Amino acid sequence: MKEQLETIKQEALGRIVSADELKELQDIKVAYLGKKGSLTSVLRGMGKLSKEERPIIGELANEVRETITTALEEKGQKLEELALEKQLEEEAIDVTLPGRPVNVGGEHLLTKIVEEIEDLFIGMGYEVREGPEVETDYYNFEALNLPKGHPARDMQDTFYVTNELLMRTHTSPVQARTMKEFDGDQSVKMICPGKVYRRDTDDATHSHQFTQIEGLYVGKDVRMSDLKGTLDQFAKKMFGKDREIRLRPSFFPFTEPSVEMDISCKVCNGQGCSVCKGTGWIEILGAGMVHPNVLEMAGYDPKVYTGFAFGMGPERIAMLKYGVNDIRQFYTNDKRFLKQYHNA
Amino acid sequence: MLVSLNWLKNYVDIGEISPEQLAEKVTKSGIEVESVEYVAEKSENVVVGYVQSCEKHPNADKLNLCQVDTGEETLQIICGAPNIAQGQKVAVAKPGAVLPGNFKIKKVKLRGVESNGMICSLQELGIEEKYVPKEFAEGIFVFPEDVTVGESVEPLLNLNDAVLEFELTPNRADCLSMLGVAYEVAALLDQPLQLPSEEVEVTDEDAADYIKVEVEAKDLNPYYGAFVIKDIEVKDSPLWMKNHLIAAGIRPINNVVDITNFVMLEYGQPLHAFDYDRLQSENIVVRRAKDGEKLVTLDEQERTLSEEHLVITDGEKPVALAGVMGGLDTEVHEKTKTVLLEAAYFESSAVRKAVKDTGLRSESSTRFEKGIDPNRVREAGQRACQLLTQYAGGKVLANVVESDQIDRTEKKINLVTSEVNKRLGTEITAEDIADIFRKLRFHFEQDLEEFIVYAPTRRGDITIFEDLLEEIARVYGYDNLPFTLPEGEAQAGALTETQQLKRDVKRYLQSAGLMETITYSLTSSAKISQLISPEIQNLDPQAVALSMPMSEDHKYLRLSLLPELLSTISYNQARNQTDLFYFELGKIFVSQEKMITSQPSEQLRVSGALSGKWMEHPWQQEKKEVDFYVVKGIMEGLFNYLKLPVSFKKGTIPQMHPGRSAVILINGKEVGFIGQVHPALQKESGLKDTYVFDVNMEEVIAEHSAVPSYSQIPKYPSISRDIAFIMDKQIPAGDVKQTIVELGAPLVKQVNIFDVYQGENIGENKKSVAYSLVYQHPDKTLTDEEVEESYTNILHNVNEKYDAYVRS
Repeated sequence: MKEQLETIKQEALGRIVSADELKELQDIKVAYLGKKGSLTSVLRGMGKLSKEERPIIGELANEVRETITTALEEKGQKLEELALEKQLEEEAIDVTLPGRPVNVGGEHLLTKIVEEIEDLFIGMGYEVREGPEVETDYYNFEALNLPKGHPARDMQDTFYVTNELLMRTHTSPVQARTMKEFDGDQSVKMICPGKVYRRDTDDATHSHQFTQIEGLYVGKDVRMSDLKGTLDQFAKKMFGKDREIRLRPSFFPFTEPSVEMDISCKVCNGQGCSVCKGTGWIEILGAGMVHPNVLEMAGYDPKVYTGFAFGMGPERIAMLKYGVNDIRQFYTNDKRFLKQYHNA
Repeated sequence: MLVSLNWLKNYVDIGEISPEQLAEKVTKSGIEVESVEYVAEKSENVVVGYVQSCEKHPNADKLNLCQVDTGEETLQIICGAPNIAQGQKVAVAKPGAVLPGNFKIKKVKLRGVESNGMICSLQELGIEEKYVPKEFAEGIFVFPEDVTVGESVEPLLNLNDAVLEFELTPNRADCLSMLGVAYEVAALLDQPLQLPSEEVEVTDEDAADYIKVEVEAKDLNPYYGAFVIKDIEVKDSPLWMKNHLIAAGIRPINNVVDITNFVMLEYGQPLHAFDYDRLQSENIVVRRAKDGEKLVTLDEQERTLSEEHLVITDGEKPVALAGVMGGLDTEVHEKTKTVLLEAAYFESSAVRKAVKDTGLRSESSTRFEKGIDPNRVREAGQRACQLLTQYAGGKVLANVVESDQIDRTEKKINLVTSEVNKRLGTEITAEDIADIFRKLRFHFEQDLEEFIVYAPTRRGDITIFEDLLEEIARVYGYDNLPFTLPEGEAQAGALTETQQLKRDVKRYLQSAGLMETITYSLTSSAKISQLISPEIQNLDPQAVALSMPMSEDHKYLRLSLLPELLSTISYNQARNQTDLFYFELGKIFVSQEKMITSQPSEQLRVSGALSGKWMEHPWQQEKKEVDFYVVKGIMEGLFNYLKLPVSFKKGTIPQMHPGRSAVILINGKEVGFIGQVHPALQKESGLKDTYVFDVNMEEVIAEHSAVPSYSQIPKYPSISRDIAFIMDKQIPAGDVKQTIVELGAPLVKQVNIFDVYQGENIGENKKSVAYSLVYQHPDKTLTDEEVEESYTNILHNVNEKYDAYVRS
């Protein structure tokens, strides 16, 4: 019986070695270890053995079974590896062929700038407010200290719809509306981006429709130096922390004192070049301390409340920051233009 | 305002400061200096020469041979100017001279005769043609006799002057005068101010014997002063005055006109000279014009006037449109002997109206419109009389005939030092403030920290404390203000839910492959009625037009974003830009009033236009043109993302392809549409096949809830079942799907259409639509029996309702 087992072992191992398919291993397993397999049938004859022989043969049989099983497993693993290797080889592709294109959209450059400014001021505790684009004469002019017949109305050529209704010429009416809504006894901290309209002929530097962002801070004891500090933070975040700001006196009917803000020219670092017309400075926005008449008309007591306001043009900022040289580009929506500023 | 520095130096010593440095100083303190220009480029070696003799050139008809004494030597010069003559004093460029444009003067031979220099015109010396007095426009310039031979012409002709262009904001009308500028510069440089004298010698005669002045419209004309000057000799004005005028951008005419212009520029006070003898009466009456009254103005145009205009009359008919332009009939001319000089204060409203109606805007009207100084009206008249005595031989009659109700008082404004610092954030002392007002030459009284400031009448812009605050800040220097941040209570800033939703919608569409655009809100009459969404059209919206549009293209407030979006598509396609997937988020303007009286309702929409290849991957033979289902998929994705139940139903929308458009519904409510643009409109607009969507964002905002409620992730397995129905071709597959959803509720969680087939084996006019159903129970594992029961019920009912049977 010993010999029989030994023969089975040798034979099985021999077949395992020469097997080159997983299927064959399966057959071998059945042929030797299966219910009707040769090892099984040998073991079945164990009953005939003597009490002394039985454990010896039993041990031997187990050893043969284990040897065959291990050999099957090892060979099986090897064949699987080979099969996988072959499969991978067959599956290989040309990685240099082009990929399947994905349509990538993007935001308009003006949106990008507006949202950047929104987020910047939200971070400083401002809220974002909106207002109508068709405004009343009252909110667009009168509430902003521009009564009918005021010479400064000439500064803003207006599209009228009726005598009392017009396309807003700036986003400032949102200031007046917000203050009125707050009813004169709480502080206001807001910015309002939006479309505005002027009676201009469209050319490289003029557009009958453009964008503005207005900011307003009204509270007790707001100082002009607060305006300066706020604008400085804005300029450094928007244009880079090495930019310097310069305030110049100016005139707006709705602020007093009024301010024009310049930033040091990035191109020449303030040395003077063609971009800044040799001055080293570039005009960015208008601002000032809210005129007491404006506060009063909105129901705020100018003896208790003071505030500052500022207004800027995202088109101008885009033109400076990204070198756009024709304002019409923002509204023509040429695909080649739009694409340039996606993820700018 | 053009500010000549040589002129300015008469009033204030600007020291060694360069024109550019002065410009910088002025700009920083509030008046932007737009440019610094020099009257002419440098000319060297150009001197005054005396033409000793002038004869015809022996070999040329049009040339003259001159002997010119230049002080040091006598030069033989050939000159072609028609106005050259013996005895003139002229500008001579000697050999070696360099004229503007780097024009070098050399000894030459002209037609065989030597010429040792050039006799110059003003243009050749660098003066702009438009400022050259008419008599010298076609030839050389001739000096008055009192200049010295051999003297350099540069200072004589003011060629060394620099001119600063002040860009004045409307509040700084005071700087529309050289005196105003002098006050400003003197304050900035802290220099003394030298004001001109207005002293004038008068005759024994009384002007009141010559003229009566009566002002009827005192509200519009609080001061009218009439000066009478006799024995006038109209001739050239002195060279220095001409130089100043040229530098200020005004062409010299004759002494009388030049003097009124000079004083206007000097004092900011417009003056008008009438020829006294041509006035039809001895009365000046200032009144409102009568409706339809006519006046021929200096420019020979007949003007029809109205009651809103103010006129100067001779008691009967108008002789001038107040503050704007004089009448032709009473114009000063060469033979004028007696001048009636008007110095008046006209209210800006009257002048503005006249300018608006006549279109006549002049140096004079601009000053009245912006407001003049009541304390300089009479004074300017006196200054002009003084100059007319000096330079026109005039004899000024005693007394000015006046109508005078003008308020010349300076407004009192209180100011406390601590309040200044509280508002500016500074630590300025009372002494500093006093020093600032001293520099500005504002009168004030000081009691320690408290001031009473008298706003000078020349500064009409200063009326309240805040105006003084700006004066203090700008002289103190905006640069010197500290940087601080507001100390008020902190407040959290954030976007509102709606603002966030708008950003979310944009982000979704961008990640779906669409590019954001911004188009114009104002559109044309052709586009205003195009592609209006049905739910807007149902409101019967009225087109709102601008009362005075700039162009027909931008006349109406849009009722849909699509027409302008389509224009951007065709614009790009015309430039070979294909594959355009555009969207815009913007407002439309809906009014239901036929005659608009109130603001239209501004409604936010999100619209898109797509055209071209949605996807192309050639080597794998994949290609997909934009079609209805591409756009529908984007919309389904959007509403899925926003968690809004969307459905689509076939709809007829004007200008849309009747077979390829659908209305979008949220919770059963119409909120917009999608589909292909009607081929007729595509053709008309030069568009390739274009698909659009248009969604009412107001409805989306209303329906959207920002915080989704939590729903338990299912713990139990789902079971799938597929059914394919063969049904009539006309039956919308979506309707059947909806029926299945309803029949399957609540166990059926999802129904998807995964195959549509038409063709062989199922009969003509039939189609097979395959649906896959997902069953799931939240609390237990479903049994086959439960699923089978529901499934059978669906089969049965769909069969009954649609005559659809299961494909086996």
